[in-house]
Amino acid sequence: MHRGKLILLQLLVGVLTISVWEIGTSVPIGGSYLLPPFFFSTPVDVALRIIKWFVEGTVWRHLWITLYEAMMAFIIGSAAGVIIGFWFARQPVVAAVFDPYVKMINALPRVVLAPIFALWFGLGAASKIALGITLVFFIVFFNVYQGVREVSPTILANARMLGMNDRALMRHVYWPSALSWMFSSLHTSVGFAVVGAVVGEYLGSAAGLGYLIQQAEGVFDVAGVFAGMLVLAAFVLVIDGLVTMAERRLLVWRPAAETHSL
Amino acid sequence: MRGALDLDGVTVAFRLADGGIYTAVEGATLSVADGEFVAIVGPTGCGKSTLLNVAAGLQPPAAGVVRKAGVPLTALNRDAGYLFQADALFPWKTALDNVAIGLETAGVSRRQARERAQAWLTRVGLGAFGNRYPHMLSGGQRKRVGLAQVLIRDPKILLMDEPFGPLDAQTRQIMGNLLLELWSTDRKAVLFVTHDLDEAIALADRVVIMSAGPASRIIGDWPVTLPRPRDIAEVKVEPAFRALHRDIWQVLKGEVLKGYAQTGGG
Repeated sequence: MHRGKLILLQLLVGVLTISVWEIGTSVPIGGSYLLPPFFFSTPVDVALRIIKWFVEGTVWRHLWITLYEAMMAFIIGSAAGVIIGFWFARQPVVAAVFDPYVKMINALPRVVLAPIFALWFGLGAASKIALGITLVFFIVFFNVYQGVREVSPTILANARMLGMNDRALMRHVYWPSALSWMFSSLHTSVGFAVVGAVVGEYLGSAAGLGYLIQQAEGVFDVAGVFAGMLVLAAFVLVIDGLVTMAERRLLVWRPAAETHSL
Repeated sequence: MRGALDLDGVTVAFRLADGGIYTAVEGATLSVADGEFVAIVGPTGCGKSTLLNVAAGLQPPAAGVVRKAGVPLTALNRDAGYLFQADALFPWKTALDNVAIGLETAGVSRRQARERAQAWLTRVGLGAFGNRYPHMLSGGQRKRVGLAQVLIRDPKILLMDEPFGPLDAQTRQIMGNLLLELWSTDRKAVLFVTHDLDEAIALADRVVIMSAGPASRIIGDWPVTLPRPRDIAEVKVEPAFRALHRDIWQVLKGEVLKGYAQTGGG
């Protein structure tokens, strides 16, 4: 599809949604509103709230804290996932021993860990980072594990025939293969880092986007809740755009069909 | 007998998942002299590739001995360069780095390796494609990079497993001529596996025929005395070529039919 046309259609969807919202909250149908403003706020109120946040500058601190927590969770979780994924893939015995435990921990809904982490690491950033790590780690871990184990046997045979020893194999074959799998899950892992931060904030904190939303909910300030969600959504869009840019640079060697945009 | 490569009574067997044993090749004896181009032809699934893996040291034989320059092979064959049937280029490396890597592992500095890789890319006609990644190259171009990747290490013996199999007829011809041209400059020993008898006769000094698997054996060995240098397309219309083709096909035909009967024509 033509790019200009695509953007036009995307805008149209947004405008339509907001129009339905506006009409539902401001035009009474048969004496009652389809979307009572008390429960749904109105587009204008939400927009005004967002503008107020940015003009007063209070939102920046929350944005920054969420960004910081998500980034730390992503970096630490990815690093641990790469190292342990690599280790397990190269040591099948270790992998076999830990297999049931990895599955057990991965099956655990992370939300239940949030109160424990708050207890252990306090209400500050550390507990949110820990929650994010538990999400990011498993995505990166499984991808790297897969990436190392699924190197094509022909490529491995070729590498050996070209004179590679174990160290060279690691550097020129296993490592790039594992990284490519990790990068292909970049959107998911970055997304989960943000989810970990926001959920952690929501369940107990003094700052961040999750805190902002939770505070607004506490006083039935629906405009505040919606404004918080919109800021969060825009925030995720920006980060996703940055990830796409990074991906284009890092995965130039991949055929275009294999890189997905979501 | 002390060729570049000797297979002496080589039997290759695999343990199957159900506990049984599958014998792919039985008692193969074959010698490739220095500078000799030997082609192995056989029906699909006759264990031709297995024989190459044994020669490369990637697969130990169940019985028999493999010798390189007279010395029994116990590990990987360091004298051999192997051009695989499937795509074996590193997809995350550019064409240039793919060719250079074989020198880097041998301890050549990266800069020098890349310089020599560039020269090799030029020799295979891809001088301007050094910074392309494999997926940006056509099948024929990838084979050219593969050829440069193997030859840059200057192996004493070249093992080739249906290297031009997936290419279209025209490209195969061009690649065959390129191979002959490169080979004629330093005459390495070559063991070339193919299922295409035309290709085998046009390229090789000797054509070896294998029977249909399992337990496939070597059942024929013909010298090809057509003069060199050869052009793949032109040599095929010479009467000597046709006569030899007819002789070999008499033997091969039966095996091909047996092979089809066993694999259901696949």
